Amino acid sequence: MPQIIVNGKSVHTDPHETLLEVLRREGIRIPTLCHWEGLPAVGACRLCVVELDGQVNLVPACATPAAEGMRVLTHSPRVVDARKTIIELILANHPDDCLYCPRKGSCELLRLANELGITERTYRGAKIHHPKDVSSPSLVRDPEKCILCGRCVRVCSQIQHVGAIDFTSRGATALVAPAFGDGLNISSCIHCGQCVMACPTGALTDARHIRRVTSALEDPSLTVVIQHAPSVSVTLGEYFGFAPGTDVDGLMVAALRRLGFKVVFDTSFTADLTVMEEAAELVDRIRNHGPLPMFTSCSPAWVKFVENFHPRWRENVSTCKSPQQMMGALIKNVWAGNNGVHPDRVFSVSVMPCTAKKAEARRPEMLTEGRFDVDAVLTTRELAELITMKGIDFSTLTPSLPDHPFGTRSSAGKLFGATGGVLEAALRTAFHMLTGQNPAAEPIHALRESEGIRELTLKIGDLELRVAAVSGLAAADRLLGEIEAGRMNPHLVEVMSCPGGCIAGGGQPYGHDATAVASRMQALYKVDRGSVLRFSHENQEILRLYREVLGEPLGETSHRLLHTGNGGHHVR
Amino acid sequence: MNNADLIELVSQTPDGDPSQLISLLQKVQEASGFLSREAIEAIAGHLRLSPSAVYGVASFYNQFRFTAPGRLHLQVCRGTACHVKGSLDVLETLQRELKILPGQTSRDGAYSLETVACVGACSLAPVVVAGGEFHAGMDSEKTKNLLTSMEQVTECNA
Ligand code: SF4
Ligand code: SF4
Ligand code: SF4
Ligand code: FES
Repeated sequence: MPQIIVNGKSVHTDPHETLLEVLRREGIRIPTLCHWEGLPAVGACRLCVVELDGQVNLVPACATPAAEGMRVLTHSPRVVDARKTIIELILANHPDDCLYCPRKGSCELLRLANELGITERTYRGAKIHHPKDVSSPSLVRDPEKCILCGRCVRVCSQIQHVGAIDFTSRGATALVAPAFGDGLNISSCIHCGQCVMACPTGALTDARHIRRVTSALEDPSLTVVIQHAPSVSVTLGEYFGFAPGTDVDGLMVAALRRLGFKVVFDTSFTADLTVMEEAAELVDRIRNHGPLPMFTSCSPAWVKFVENFHPRWRENVSTCKSPQQMMGALIKNVWAGNNGVHPDRVFSVSVMPCTAKKAEARRPEMLTEGRFDVDAVLTTRELAELITMKGIDFSTLTPSLPDHPFGTRSSAGKLFGATGGVLEAALRTAFHMLTGQNPAAEPIHALRESEGIRELTLKIGDLELRVAAVSGLAAADRLLGEIEAGRMNPHLVEVMSCPGGCIAGGGQPYGHDATAVASRMQALYKVDRGSVLRFSHENQEILRLYREVLGEPLGETSHRLLHTGNGGHHVR
Repeated sequence: MNNADLIELVSQTPDGDPSQLISLLQKVQEASGFLSREAIEAIAGHLRLSPSAVYGVASFYNQFRFTAPGRLHLQVCRGTACHVKGSLDVLETLQRELKILPGQTSRDGAYSLETVACVGACSLAPVVVAGGEFHAGMDSEKTKNLLTSMEQVTECNA
């Protein structure tokens, strides 16, 4: 096995490893800025430089393959000085704005300046002056805080196949921006927020709804109702000292009550409802000439992706609203009436792992009876901020349960939080619809990988049902290519815009922590394993809702409340 | 250039080949004087790049402009000799008088402004090229006079 010498100590390397990978495996922290896990190295920022015996210049560890016999110094005075200079130069034209910056607690630049012991201003450069781009319903772009690392550009084009933003101009006026320096709202951006996850600084952040929510909470004339998405409870704990993958469902509900929300519902309930409607829609499409494949519609960035780049597949996207929107419609149009509250006096909030949900809530077809189904959308990050702001000692709360009737969920609904989960949940119920029997609720391992295109053929009665799942939109593009080329011919396709699904959504903790994401995924599977209610169609509250209000899946009331109308999703 | 001409011109380049980007940008700019949104989008579609990537590359180079040139196109030389002799003053005068920045066209379509690195006429510094004609030894005063003398050119029906 090849060996290299790191700071005088011999270390083994695997073939094709970069120096950075070896050093990190050895527990040596090498700072990086332009490097992004899963994308090819670009070697642009030079922050990861190390000293190599026999080389005059420092080399970037991220772009240097480890080779037998290399002697590496990772923290020699020369190396540390070089890194320090890089950060000092970045700071030279950076706004001195940390106190008012949304990223002050999580900023990589600030952390690096701190770690490298920068306490004085060495270089003074002209600051960049550029207005914020607040045109997007999902994100805020603040070019003054951009350090041109390019991570967002590469994620947007290579992982999401969108390419909404790129480097423009050069030198001192260089900027990461949409074409023509336009606002994001008229670019091809699909709101997925993966660029926000990748950004090390405050240059890309949420379109914040915290203020809207706190003012609603302070308005005595409003009843503020909140729903929380399946993946939030297995993520939120990370902000309050819990290990990744801890399910803090009860604590979170308690915190939401403490914040003043009158009613707390679980979006997993409407995930169950989505399963009922979507399974019925699928059966209907199969029996009545399609169009097939049917694509899931719960990921709004995917819906926008189809509209922007693949309009020919628009009719194939399920007409089901997403669970967030279904819940919103039920709260104002069913729950309010049953509880003597005028729907205009209901303020409907959701907590989502997602920035695209903010845009989805504002889409014109997401109004019922002229009212927005959802009034404000908080990301997981914003909820953590709000809990902290209100001085709630999260871990010492007494766990609480969500409210009736939309707080009861099956664990199938909970699975929506991970890629492949919608399919798994829908297959359980489609099986029941077609055969009158429950399938064995064994985990479908073929769908539980987080990468690549997953395919499965399932025999249900005399039907061979072909399904596929994919996450990340570059992968979705590949899958569409397979279908267009006739190499794949599925009935049902689940697409999650974010790689891994909502557990790694654009509204989750910043950065890219594959281990944490895997733990969140396992946490959802654990909920499912330990659950006595594993089928959406056995959720008694769902059945009651159909009995008392909706009639049957795809019925008239369902269509009015839960679907986007005959024209499919609205296209601008 | 109308849309059909644009499509015709773009389609002469092999499609899906990003290495053709710069030369295609040059061809389109040469034919129509600038790169319109439609042009950027057509080029992007043809080479299978995103419009932001195409705009990103085009905006990297000084030679490309994104607004139609005005009826009078003004180029201010910012080469070393001109700089030393005060071309910044000249440029600022133009910016102030016309209320546009380099790369822009005034709203009424009369003037457009551009800076160039060196026009190769250092002995005449500072130089302004107005509608292709060289004007030597410019200063703030002469620049204003130049604009007045050019008023006919810039009038709409001229
Ligand atoms: S991006 Fe980071 S360094 Fe810049 S102002 Fe915000 S917290 Fe400070
Ligand atoms: S939100 Fe998604 S599509 Fe929009 S710029 Fe960011 S990565 Fe690209
Ligand atoms: S916006 Fe953020 S991720 Fe994109 S280049 Fe700037 S600093 Fe890097
Ligand atoms: S992280 Fe290696 S050069 Fe940027």
